[in-house]
Amino acid sequence: MSVLTVSDLHVSVETEQGTKQILKGVDLVVKQGEIHAIMGPNGSGKSTLAYTIAGHPKYHVESGSVTLDGEDLLAMSVDARARAGLFLAMQYPVEIPGVAVTNFLRTAKTAIDGVQPSIRTWTKEVTESMKNLRMDASFKDRNVNEGFSGGEKKRHEILQLELLKPKFAILDETDSGLDVDALKIVAEGVNRAKQNTGLGLLLITHYTRILRYITPDFVHVFVDGRVAEEGGPELADRLEAEGYDRFIAPAGLPTEA
Amino acid sequence: MASPVTLTTSSSSPKKADAQDHSRLGSKQHSDGGWGLVPIQVRSARFASYDVRDFEPVSGQEAEWKHTPVARLQPLLTDPLDGDIEALTLVATGGPATIEWIDRSDARIATAGTPEERASANAWSSFESALSIRIDSETPTEITVHRSGLGDVPRAAHTVIHAAHHSVGTVVLQNSGKAMLSENVEIVLDEGAHLTVVTVQEWDDDATHLASHFATVGRDARLKHVVVSLGGSVVRVNPSVHLVSEGGDVELFGVYFADTGQHLEQQVFVDHDAPNTRSRVSYKGALQGLGAHTVWVGDVLIRPTASGTDSYEQNRNLLLTDGARADSIPNLEIETGDIAGAGHASASGRFDDEQLFYLQARGIREDEARRLVVRGFLSEIVQKIGSPELESRLQSAIEAELVGGSESTLEGQA
Repeated sequence: MSVLTVSDLHVSVETEQGTKQILKGVDLVVKQGEIHAIMGPNGSGKSTLAYTIAGHPKYHVESGSVTLDGEDLLAMSVDARARAGLFLAMQYPVEIPGVAVTNFLRTAKTAIDGVQPSIRTWTKEVTESMKNLRMDASFKDRNVNEGFSGGEKKRHEILQLELLKPKFAILDETDSGLDVDALKIVAEGVNRAKQNTGLGLLLITHYTRILRYITPDFVHVFVDGRVAEEGGPELADRLEAEGYDRFIAPAGLPTEA
Repeated sequence: MASPVTLTTSSSSPKKADAQDHSRLGSKQHSDGGWGLVPIQVRSARFASYDVRDFEPVSGQEAEWKHTPVARLQPLLTDPLDGDIEALTLVATGGPATIEWIDRSDARIATAGTPEERASANAWSSFESALSIRIDSETPTEITVHRSGLGDVPRAAHTVIHAAHHSVGTVVLQNSGKAMLSENVEIVLDEGAHLTVVTVQEWDDDATHLASHFATVGRDARLKHVVVSLGGSVVRVNPSVHLVSEGGDVELFGVYFADTGQHLEQQVFVDHDAPNTRSRVSYKGALQGLGAHTVWVGDVLIRPTASGTDSYEQNRNLLLTDGARADSIPNLEIETGDIAGAGHASASGRFDDEQLFYLQARGIREDEARRLVVRGFLSEIVQKIGSPELESRLQSAIEAELVGGSESTLEGQA
């Protein structure tokens, strides 16, 4: 069974005001087949964790490690991490003018698998997944994310998740900006992917809403760059009722020395 | 190290440069200052003549030469050119058209334009016979002119493309192999004609090619003009379009890819000279490698006669490596207040790292991700050609540039 392990991870970014520490020692173990929800207030470092694991060049790892089945992910290029079985569904997917969805999907699938998918089964698979996500057939001829609505972008991310079949997927605020119908469709897609491939999930969210449709095995509350509390799904219910207030230091008291 | 990116935007004032009549035949080009005149600023006042002897030697300081490496094209500027190109030109037709070689004294010559610089005039003074292509058919016809064996000899060429009233056709000028060529292409569209002219430069690495295209667009006629420059050492294609009759419409597209040491240039001129004329100019280029240099100059002139003009021009450049330089210079001269619209846009920038991250996060290797993005960026123009076979061939040619280019990038970084 595959395991994604984050150990004592410290991460900083360069800002106009200088180097800023964002992650201050994160520990996390996600096994294949598990769903972990990472929750927390804005600015707590949730997305930083996602992008650091995926390898975005903006984030500097100061110390700590991230491994996939013992392999050092931090030593790999972004594309090598994806080929090792990692997937990041982005909050703000970028437009790529002139690159059609169909071409993009085939190129990505070929890169991940190392061989071109067989045309017949691949076309069928794409058509089926698009249908499940209620995406119009014309979608595949459009350019990647160009002119997509917020909901279309998120569905396109989940389409990739279903087709590329990673071992671990990080969903970065996939629920934000979705109406309840779109949220259900996206959640169905995630559940379907898990059912089909047994992947491990890291669900990053500000709200508990998506957890009504995707049930987490573990909930981690992120505050100021570390995990402040961990628990089962009941922790999400408590957050729903109480919010994040009890984790946030009273005004005037610095939380960090 | 930051790449030098030159980005100039200027809007000339509509005043005339001076009262001297520069277009008078028989007059000679003057050196600035020699006659105590102000330098010519506006495009409409540029000197023009068919005779190379009327032009001063090129110093490289002139408005039309200042971005061009003139030292690399001396044979085309100074020496007499070999004007017999007939045996080296292969014409293939995919439909009805009248194709013949005509004498330089033929009345069909000099129907669309007059050279405005020395290399163009040198070609005009040197050519012996011109290739005449006349399209009368109302069902679409496609003609391809292949030139691939021009060699190192400095040569001149002249082509006249005439689209008769309500004809529909496409003419492709397909260039490859070695060349040291200066040429003029005259394009005449009669009433209601729909003509597409595509010039493809896939020359060898050491080729030099200067081209001036002069188009005159008749009433309600539509010209689509496409410049594709991929191969060659110095390639400069300057399309100049005169919208002389009401309802004339021109779309000028260009796509170019400059590698290490390549100079690819285009000076586009649209002259709105009749009411309710429309023009669209869109050029996109990619640059990679040390000394890759591209120049786009877009001059649009809207004369007092051109009320109701609708005009827009844009240029976009993608700088893929350090050491490349893109000059992008849009100029708009508006001499009437009664227009439907006139705008310009220019943007030259580096690769978008977020696009790269997105593609790499899907397992696509960096070099392939770059190729995907660049191909996408350039294919927007290729898709406008409207000839599926040519489009797919050009997509492959761009692909080959990208693959070849990634090797030179590695060399550059080593």
